[in-house]
Amino acid sequence: MAVTLDQTIAQKQHTFMSRLLGSQTFWVVIAVILACLFLSFATDAFATQKNLYNITRNITFVAIVALGMTFVIITGGIDLSVGSVLCLCSMVLAVTMHAGYGIEVGILATILTALVIGAFNGILIAYLGFPPFVVTLGMLSIARSLAMVASNNTVVFQFGPDHDKLLALGGGAWVFGIANPVLYMILLALITGFTLRWTKFGRHIFAIGGNEHAATLTGVPVKQIKVAVYMISALSAGIAGIIETGWLGAVTTNIGTGMELQVIAATVIGGANLAGGVGTAFGAIVGAALIEVIRNSLGLLGINAFWQGTFIGGAILLAVLFDRIRNFRRSD
Amino acid sequence: MAVLELTNISKHFGAIQAVNDVSLSIEPGQVVGLMGDNGAGKSTLVKMIAGNFRPSHGNMQLDGRELVLHKPAEARQHGIEIVHQDLALCNNLTAAANVYLGRELRRGVGPFRILDYAAMYKRAGQLFAELKSETRPRDLVKQMSGGQRQAVAIARTMLSQAKIVLMDEPTAAISVRQVAEVLNLIRHLRDQGIAVVLISHRMPDVFDVADRVIVMRRGRKVADKTIASSSPEEVTGLITGAIEQVA
Repeated sequence: MAVTLDQTIAQKQHTFMSRLLGSQTFWVVIAVILACLFLSFATDAFATQKNLYNITRNITFVAIVALGMTFVIITGGIDLSVGSVLCLCSMVLAVTMHAGYGIEVGILATILTALVIGAFNGILIAYLGFPPFVVTLGMLSIARSLAMVASNNTVVFQFGPDHDKLLALGGGAWVFGIANPVLYMILLALITGFTLRWTKFGRHIFAIGGNEHAATLTGVPVKQIKVAVYMISALSAGIAGIIETGWLGAVTTNIGTGMELQVIAATVIGGANLAGGVGTAFGAIVGAALIEVIRNSLGLLGINAFWQGTFIGGAILLAVLFDRIRNFRRSD
Repeated sequence: MAVLELTNISKHFGAIQAVNDVSLSIEPGQVVGLMGDNGAGKSTLVKMIAGNFRPSHGNMQLDGRELVLHKPAEARQHGIEIVHQDLALCNNLTAAANVYLGRELRRGVGPFRILDYAAMYKRAGQLFAELKSETRPRDLVKQMSGGQRQAVAIARTMLSQAKIVLMDEPTAAISVRQVAEVLNLIRHLRDQGIAVVLISHRMPDVFDVADRVIVMRRGRKVADKTIASSSPEEVTGLITGAIEQVA
C-alpha cells in the first residue's frame, strides 16, 4: 500500500496497444486487409488497376454520406432520408443545368436544397421534439417524391452548356490517376475528423450523444447543434449527389434507393454506436470500404449476387458482436 | 457581509405555493445544510438561486447587489455554481472534458481556434490534486467510482471564481467511504471562502459538515440555526412537523 496518490494519478491506464486492440475500427481494418489479400491470391481480377480504381470510387458515395451520418449518429440521432435527399439533390442539379444554367448555379442550388432539407429535419427534431426516426422517415418519402415532381420522373442525361465540366468533376481523375470522388472523400474525411476531434462543436456533439440532459445543464447549445448535424448530414448527401451525377452522366429518380441502410451499416461497422456518443470519420470510411470489398469479392468469386445482403448483414452483426463482447469483459 | 441574501422570496405555480415568504442570508465560507421533506420547497428555492425559476415575489441579492436571473447560464456568470443531483456528467467523455463541458479552452487566432487539450488536462489535473481525489484527467467518466464522479462535478465548480456552490443531494447514492470523500470536498470549498448550500436528506452529513441548518416545511422556513445550537432530534421534529417552529 505504499502507492502515493501522485503515482496513481501519473500511472497510464491505457497503452497505445491496448487502445488499438480494443477499437472496433482496428479490427474492421484488419478484416478489409485480409479480405483484399485473400482476393488478390484467389482471383486474377481483384488486384488489377481497373478493379481497384472501381472499388475505391464505389466506396466514396456511401462513405461521403456516412461521414455526414456520423455526426448525426454521435448525437444519438439517425437520418433515414439521406438516400432520397441524394436523389433530390442530383435531380435539382440535373434539372437546373438542363435548363441552361451553368455548373456553378447548379451546384449552388443543390447545396441550398440540401441545407434547407437538413434544417427542416433538424428544426422538427430539436425544437418540436419529433423523434428523428419519424421525421427522417417522412423526409425519405417527401424528398424522393419531390425529385419525381422536379423531373416529371424522366431520366436526365443532358446537362446544358456545362455538361462536360460536370462529367469531368465526377468522372475524371485529376491527380495521380486517383478517381476524383476518392479525392473528395479523403478531403471530406479529413475535415470531419478534424471537426470531431479539435473543435468545440465536435466536443459538444459527443457530449449530446453521451448525456443530452447534462449537455443542456452545462450550457451547451443543444438545439442549435442538433439542427446543424442534420444539415451536415443532408449536405453530405447533396455533395455525394453532385459527384455521383457527374460520374454516372445521368440521373434517374431511383438513384440512392435503399442507400440509407448501406450508409448506416457503414457507420455502425466502422464503430459508431447507434445509442450515441461514439463514432469516427475513419470508421465511416473503413465501414464503407468493408461493404464494398464484400460486394466486389462476391462478384469476382462468382457467388450469386443475391447473397450480397446476407454477407453485408452478417458483417453488421459481427461488428456489433465484437462490441458486445468487449463490453461484457469490461463489466466483469 | 452576506454573499447571498434572499428577502421574502415566494414562488407559486398556479394555485400551489411552493415557496412562501422565505428570507435567508449566507456568509462566505459558510456551509449551510438545507433540509426538509420531499415537497418542502428545497428544490424550488435552489432552482430560483440557480436561475431555473424566477421568484414570484421578493428579491435576491448577491454581494449586496440585486440579482435577477433569466437562465442558468447567467447564474454561472455571477459565480453561482450548481452540482446537480445526477451530476450532469457525460460517460463517454474524459474527466477533463466533463470539467470543461460548455466552456472548453481553445487556442489559435480569430476564427481558427482548436481545443487546447494540454491546458485542459493540466488544469483539471491540478483541480483533482487540490481536491485530493484519485481522479485522472484522461480517464473516461464511465469507468469511475461514485466519489470520483462527484470530484469531477465539484471540480467543475472550481473552474471560475465561484462565490457560492449549490449541491443537490451529493451523498444520496454513494458508498460510506465515498460520502466521507465528498464531505472532505465540501470542506475544501469552504476553506477557500466559497459558500456552500448542501441540500440533503442525510442528517449525519449535515451535522458533520455544515455550520448552519435551515429547515423547510410546506414552503416555509421553520428553522435557521447554528449546528451547535441544534440537534438531529430537533431537526427531525422540525422536518416532520412534530416541532412547529423555532426562532
